[in-house]
Amino acid sequence: MTLHDRLLALDRRWVFGVLALFVIIPLTPMFSNFSVPVTPVKEVREIYDFIEGLKPGDYILLSLDYDPGSLAELHPVAYAMLEQCFAKRLKVITLTLSQTGAQMVEEAVKDVADSCKLYHGFTPERGIDYVYLGYKPYPGLIILGMGMNFRIPFPQDYYGTTLDSIPMMRGIKNYDNVKAVINLSAGNVSDYWVADGNARYGVKLALAMTGVMAADYYPYYQSRQIFGIIGGMKGAAEYESLCKNPGTATEAMKVQVFAHVVIIIFIIIGNLAYFLGRRQTAPTQESR
Amino acid sequence: MEQTVSIGTILWTTVGVFLTFCLFSFLYKDNPFYKFAEHLVVGVSVGYWAILLYYNGINPNLFSHLFVFANDPTTGAEFNTWTPRLKGIHYIIPALLGIAMWTRFSRKYSWISRYPLALYLGISSGIAIPVTMKNNVLSQLRGTVVGLGFDWSVSGFLGVPQGIWDVVVVVGTISSLIYFFFSKEHKGAWGGTAKLGIYTLMIGFGATFGYTVMARISLLIYRIQYIRDWWKMIF
Repeated sequence: MTLHDRLLALDRRWVFGVLALFVIIPLTPMFSNFSVPVTPVKEVREIYDFIEGLKPGDYILLSLDYDPGSLAELHPVAYAMLEQCFAKRLKVITLTLSQTGAQMVEEAVKDVADSCKLYHGFTPERGIDYVYLGYKPYPGLIILGMGMNFRIPFPQDYYGTTLDSIPMMRGIKNYDNVKAVINLSAGNVSDYWVADGNARYGVKLALAMTGVMAADYYPYYQSRQIFGIIGGMKGAAEYESLCKNPGTATEAMKVQVFAHVVIIIFIIIGNLAYFLGRRQTAPTQESR
Repeated sequence: MEQTVSIGTILWTTVGVFLTFCLFSFLYKDNPFYKFAEHLVVGVSVGYWAILLYYNGINPNLFSHLFVFANDPTTGAEFNTWTPRLKGIHYIIPALLGIAMWTRFSRKYSWISRYPLALYLGISSGIAIPVTMKNNVLSQLRGTVVGLGFDWSVSGFLGVPQGIWDVVVVVGTISSLIYFFFSKEHKGAWGGTAKLGIYTLMIGFGATFGYTVMARISLLIYRIQYIRDWWKMIF
């Protein structure tokens, strides 16, 4: 059996096993002191700087449009950004346009609000410092509706309180009253925000998204249709580092290094097998 | 300070860990544990979505207009009295259009579904076409050429002047478009430009692939972090 045959016969479960090993080991206490430098890129820094530049009492809308399946990449951004907004004493309007994200987002917002007491000495109050509008189906229509009046798609918040009886929503009509919309998305909701939010209403928009989506949305950053982009777990780690709030994404970066090295090695082995195979089959073709 | 963890948290986290292992077991081979977890995920998701859609879509957008809603005196929760509300009687039209969609399941009456579908497509196109034109064509064109500053004094990616990157964007876009222009044979200078276009596309695909790998690994890392935190909580 040649090396080429052996490589071709390699059970793919070995690949899974080795990769799992190199993901588990860096998360053990043995590697607790090991970290990798995280350098924020311009497109992530722009979002951070924008929020830092807002004045206390300014309104910001966070549309947290992801579900538990993409929690790994977007929850760290949501936590860091919500805490930054609360610490800056901004008025935060939150909502979700993802059907399986409603309860998860509610827990995240409450979690961060509760943790503010510990880290910033105050607890943001629901209805005064933040509001959670909940979930409504059909994102395009909801985004268009909010452009006219938040009360059209959301006459009440997640808890059934009418928007007019919520202190921080009095006098707040539509996107004209918010400084920006930050959309954390794991699907095509970002398309709706760019098309219906930015193109139609001129909303100042930034996106945070899963790694799979990121490359497709960079053209919108290039054309300044969005003012910032946070792509995948790396973007999340960069945002955490800017907020000086290291969390699961920052820890995950050291694991990414190991995992990527393993994947690169497997790609090299795969290519080696391919070229060895080509060399073996070439003389046979000539002999015909 | 020692943190206390409730029995409920321990129980549900343990269930989460068990289901994670059930799903990962598929990587070895298909098995009943995987099938159980897969069916559970699908079932719970559908059930959750159906209820959510009812309470966040049908109830406030339709029933609240067609029927009188009242508040429970003890809990304060809003409930449907199912008493018809004449003021919102016109909401019967979208309700009928919605019901008409279901005629797709009947061979005899499926033609009825074309009416709501036609209305839906007409409205969607009317909303989508102008914004898509502005968003994906005009703004992108502007961003590709007009929006570029060709500023040679500003340092861009990798310390290279931004002007050079702007030229890369213009050349990359035009050469990629030429690659998809098949009315002229790809040879000579035209063919060379098309080749440059395919290299540009490959770099784009490479970036997407790299991000995808990172995203998939991120999901695995998060599950391992979850299992590790469960382990710390239990032991």
